[in-house]
Amino acid sequence: MKIHLVVNGRSHDLEVAAHALLLDVLRDGLDLKGAKRSCDTQVCGACTVLVDGLAVSACTYLAVEADGRSVLTVEGMADGESLHPLQRAFVDAGAVQCGFCTSGMLLTARAMLAENAKPTRDDVLHYLRGSLCRCTGYRKIVDAILVAAEAAR
Amino acid sequence: MSARPLRVVGHPVSRVDALEKVTGRARYVTDLALPGMAHAKVLRSPYAHARVRRVDVARARARPGVFAALSGADLTWCDPYYGPAYRDRPVLAIDVARYEGEPVAAVAAVDEATAAEALDLIDVDYDPLPAVITLEEALAPGAALVHTGLPLAGHFADLSTLRPEPGTNVCHQFHLSRGDATAALAGADVVVEDAYRFPPVQHVALEPHAVLAAWDETGALTLWASTQNPYSVRVELAKMFGVPLARIRVVVPHLGGGFGSKTYAKLEPLAATLAHAAGRPVRLAASVPEAFQTVRRCAARVTTRVGFRRDGALVGVECHADYDVGAYADIGPRVVQKGTYTATGPYRVANVALDARAVYTNTTPGGAFRGFGVPQLAWALESLFDVAADRLDRDPVDLRRQNFLAHGEEFAPGDTPIDGKLEESLGRAADAIGWTQAGAADRGRGVAAMLKASVAPSVSEAIVRLHADGSATVLASAVEMGQGTRTVLAQIAAEVLSVPLTRVTVVQPDTAVTPYDQTTSSSRSTVMTGRAVQVAAEDVREQLVRVVAECLGVLTRDLALDDGAVVAPAQRFTYAEVLALRFGMSGGELIGRGVIAPGRTAAPLGGSTPFWEMAVGAAEVSVDEETGAVRVERYVSVADVGRAINPLLLEGQDEGAVVQGLGHTLLEEMLYADGHLLNGTLLAYRVPRADDAPPALECRFVENADGSGPFGAKGAGEGGLIPVSPAVANALARLTGVRLRDLPLTPERVWRALRGRVR
Repeated sequence: MKIHLVVNGRSHDLEVAAHALLLDVLRDGLDLKGAKRSCDTQVCGACTVLVDGLAVSACTYLAVEADGRSVLTVEGMADGESLHPLQRAFVDAGAVQCGFCTSGMLLTARAMLAENAKPTRDDVLHYLRGSLCRCTGYRKIVDAILVAAEAAR
Repeated sequence: MSARPLRVVGHPVSRVDALEKVTGRARYVTDLALPGMAHAKVLRSPYAHARVRRVDVARARARPGVFAALSGADLTWCDPYYGPAYRDRPVLAIDVARYEGEPVAAVAAVDEATAAEALDLIDVDYDPLPAVITLEEALAPGAALVHTGLPLAGHFADLSTLRPEPGTNVCHQFHLSRGDATAALAGADVVVEDAYRFPPVQHVALEPHAVLAAWDETGALTLWASTQNPYSVRVELAKMFGVPLARIRVVVPHLGGGFGSKTYAKLEPLAATLAHAAGRPVRLAASVPEAFQTVRRCAARVTTRVGFRRDGALVGVECHADYDVGAYADIGPRVVQKGTYTATGPYRVANVALDARAVYTNTTPGGAFRGFGVPQLAWALESLFDVAADRLDRDPVDLRRQNFLAHGEEFAPGDTPIDGKLEESLGRAADAIGWTQAGAADRGRGVAAMLKASVAPSVSEAIVRLHADGSATVLASAVEMGQGTRTVLAQIAAEVLSVPLTRVTVVQPDTAVTPYDQTTSSSRSTVMTGRAVQVAAEDVREQLVRVVAECLGVLTRDLALDDGAVVAPAQRFTYAEVLALRFGMSGGELIGRGVIAPGRTAAPLGGSTPFWEMAVGAAEVSVDEETGAVRVERYVSVADVGRAINPLLLEGQDEGAVVQGLGHTLLEEMLYADGHLLNGTLLAYRVPRADDAPPALECRFVENADGSGPFGAKGAGEGGLIPVSPAVANALARLTGVRLRDLPLTPERVWRALRGRVR
């Protein structure tokens, strides 16, 4: 099937199988490796990308569903060499360890901040229920998101 | 070179790989590809125990797009067995499948979908056999045997005295005694004893195991592997394929978490054999359910007896532990002896009798997992310490303090004396949790302590290269898996060479390039690899100084390094200028070498631990009496680390350790029924989420610069996890009067215990 995607601001006309997953199209078709495959079941959030600004699990999202939509991956978060405030906050707060959950965390947080610019700590905890991290214990991730939210105001 | 303030070490600098990780540029194994690369899929046994009568891969092999289809019968060209303790594990099942999920056949094809379809074309005839799933079943008289023959010993030096019990499922026994525990316990004023259970749990590194294997035109093998031990993988493969070590190259890109799950060979032998058969590179990437079928923590049942004098002095400890090591030994025998070695915790006790067994079962192989056998026994001992405090009418903090081994005291004859101050950690943890202050009526508090030895003897080597422009490359094989070792090694080199962190590059481990390092585990990298890097950087420093001393005709002691320059009393030479002096041109480099190899000693495990890992945890919990749900409201962890090379990274490590510990304390357990794993997916197996972490979590450090590592550092990263279970259970007991002995403390278990409570 032919689909049209705008990924990180660039247009792509792609031929994909009807059952192709967005994650595979991004990783293998467009060589955007930032979104990670882990649980394959929409639990861990490592594959999270934004479709028209909403966080989706690319591991269980058909590429054809994204036809005509705009996709943002971690590779599109920074503005040139200038990091997005969330990326900056993750670096500064020590919110990154192995990095495998990081892109999903960043995009989930970005979607949340678009919805709720003044999240409380509890708001963040609730929003992260679909994003697992096995390294950090989450505290520094939550701190980083709150710092970035504050900085954006 | 007089002491000057540390400029890089001890500072909370951002990790050196942070930028590539927040921009999605960091590369993990499954992000790599080679031209012509095939994709592998594995056919796994549906039975816990079965005779494999026939495996027919002919139809799969004939399918278009399939490059190779293998069963155990195809592995005649190499030695198909591997394993670090016993070489008991075939790459693919040979005659017998010993656990549900054991690889029986495998396919490499043009893409994953083709490989998966080809698996459906493989015919296997199984004869199911009686299976032993639990320790009780495996140890029962007449139990079905997981292994009938006696396998060959593996390559791990300190297991040269493997002690299986032929004709049973016991693959290794460990005994340690000193003094007379029987008499001491008979004469004790208070003896507490109980049986505790620790569940099988999985690491759930977010990146499941992955390997990309390629044989080149000369017959040499290269693997890009998600491994914590490239050098252990190399030796396994060299033995299997009968080739020199130098012909096998293991490269380690970023790891998406390890926690012990990626120690020793896992999928590498299978990927390498598939690549050999396919005649092209093969990528084998496990799914999360396959990771549950690859390795887990060794479950344990532990019976411990502890005797005290009326004045609170600990007089004797007896411990019997059975560890479930699953269907293949992996490193389980070492987990057992290492865990059991410190069954007495950080306490002074003259009379000790410890017995442990590693027991085969028809389940996923048990291996290394953060804590390496210690959490299972600390769960029992630290719970019993609180039971004893109750019986002695003593404060649990006070009773521990009375019995702590002191700084410099002997733990066991021949081993390293205690190198930290537990009383300081305990005092800080108790203060932070408000131990002596009245708490809310609906909250309970508990503490627990831990002591763990690191692997010994072990070897780490490093090379530091100083280039013509004064920048430096560190070659070392400690694996960056999130813990921050690449940053810590860069900080150490930058400090010694007196250059900014940005001038130092630590390259990824590659056995063809970076020198030998035994393993990235056992909290050892900062101390062992870190020392090797420090020595190598000091070697470079001495060369720099010597060049200037010879040039100026001054004594080396009159020279110092400062901010990228060698400073003489009246002159200053940048490193670029020193190298130009040395080589007469802008080229050449100074190479420093560091080797840390302490060797064998008379210590009970054959080597003296390079440091003791010591930590204390304090928990404040609440419980919902209606549902039995336990909530950890506050948690304080204090670890004695000697010196925090990077306080930011260290804090992150221990925060993660505490929350991972809360996993097996409250949530996690691999559940089996009729030989089948019921919950080997992340839908069914719940690891802690952000909202499961304690609302207040503090990780603190005692820093007395008393470690053997660089700048007085000791290892860290496992200690934070170990006290969590007993600290939480002790808090729950103090709140409710209910003492649980089986982990995890699920709402159901807690609710039942609360209901059964005698009021």
